[in-house]
Amino acid sequence: MHELAITQSMLDLVLEQAEKVGAKEVGKINLVIGEMTGVVDECVKFYFDFLSKGTIAEGATLSFKMVPTMAQCRDCHKSFELKEFDWTCPYCQGYGIKIIAGQELFVESMEVE
Amino acid sequence: MEIKVLKDILSANNQIAERNRQLLDSNNVFAVNLMSSPGAGKTSLILETIKRLKGKTRIGVVEGDIRSSLDAEMISKEGVSVVQINTGGECHLDANMTYSALGNVPLQDIELLLIENVGNLVCPAEFAIGEHKKVLISSIPEGGDKPFKYPLMFHIADAVLINKIDLLPYLKFDTEAFSQAIRGMNERVEIFQISCTTGEGIQEWLSWLLTQIDRR
Repeated sequence: MHELAITQSMLDLVLEQAEKVGAKEVGKINLVIGEMTGVVDECVKFYFDFLSKGTIAEGATLSFKMVPTMAQCRDCHKSFELKEFDWTCPYCQGYGIKIIAGQELFVESMEVE
Repeated sequence: MEIKVLKDILSANNQIAERNRQLLDSNNVFAVNLMSSPGAGKTSLILETIKRLKGKTRIGVVEGDIRSSLDAEMISKEGVSVVQINTGGECHLDANMTYSALGNVPLQDIELLLIENVGNLVCPAEFAIGEHKKVLISSIPEGGDKPFKYPLMFHIADAVLINKIDLLPYLKFDTEAFSQAIRGMNERVEIFQISCTTGEGIQEWLSWLLTQIDRR
């Protein structure tokens, strides 16, 4: 459900950046979204089409780079991808982890004309 | 032409949250963002906290709900100042809504501001509102799998209150395993086991809260 607010923030950011370079049209927006944020790409697309109507970003393509949740063990310091219901370290079975990826939520780049 | 942006989508929200924090700081107000799923006991905890801290600290409350002012009415009976935010469909409070609400809070008259977020374990985790501490209530009937289903929320919480522990004899819930799961993903978290019904554990929560206010 937070996709509406997130898409609006993303669009605001894109329009602000486009204005800075005096763009007439936004063609493509490259987004990076961490799995842990729970942001659903299809949902963002749906809201984007709706919210961008009448702006220079109308019709822009959204590209999503989804980042899996990665952890580092606090005991043995090895890194691994987190599975849904098992967050123990597969190497030393420690249960203390540090999240090192998966919380990303940013606009990486965009193509403008 | 391609332009590099590399900007957090929520940076605008985060900036307003920072401004809220400065406003709170300049008034010496300590703010808690209280989050949980619907029905976990946010309002009950606020009521219990107000009752027990009467005379010890001056409290204000911001109530976030999608609609209705039922909670705010209940809280105002306790004689504290309450500001209602109706998000009108949004499933979380954001920094801007909070900023508008702060304009109606008598900041100079209070030391502690309890902000009740919209009941939801997903969206509020993403949106900073200018709080000093994020407190999560997770209640026994919700089940022990919640840290794995909503990891971001459990990961960002400064404190987790395991509520409704008076129901432990009737439900299958392993508090030890639950706490271990939370500590596994959140190194700095404080965990309290409480019951707003029997009052068990509330004193520990209040001592922690008062210490945080003093340290501010």
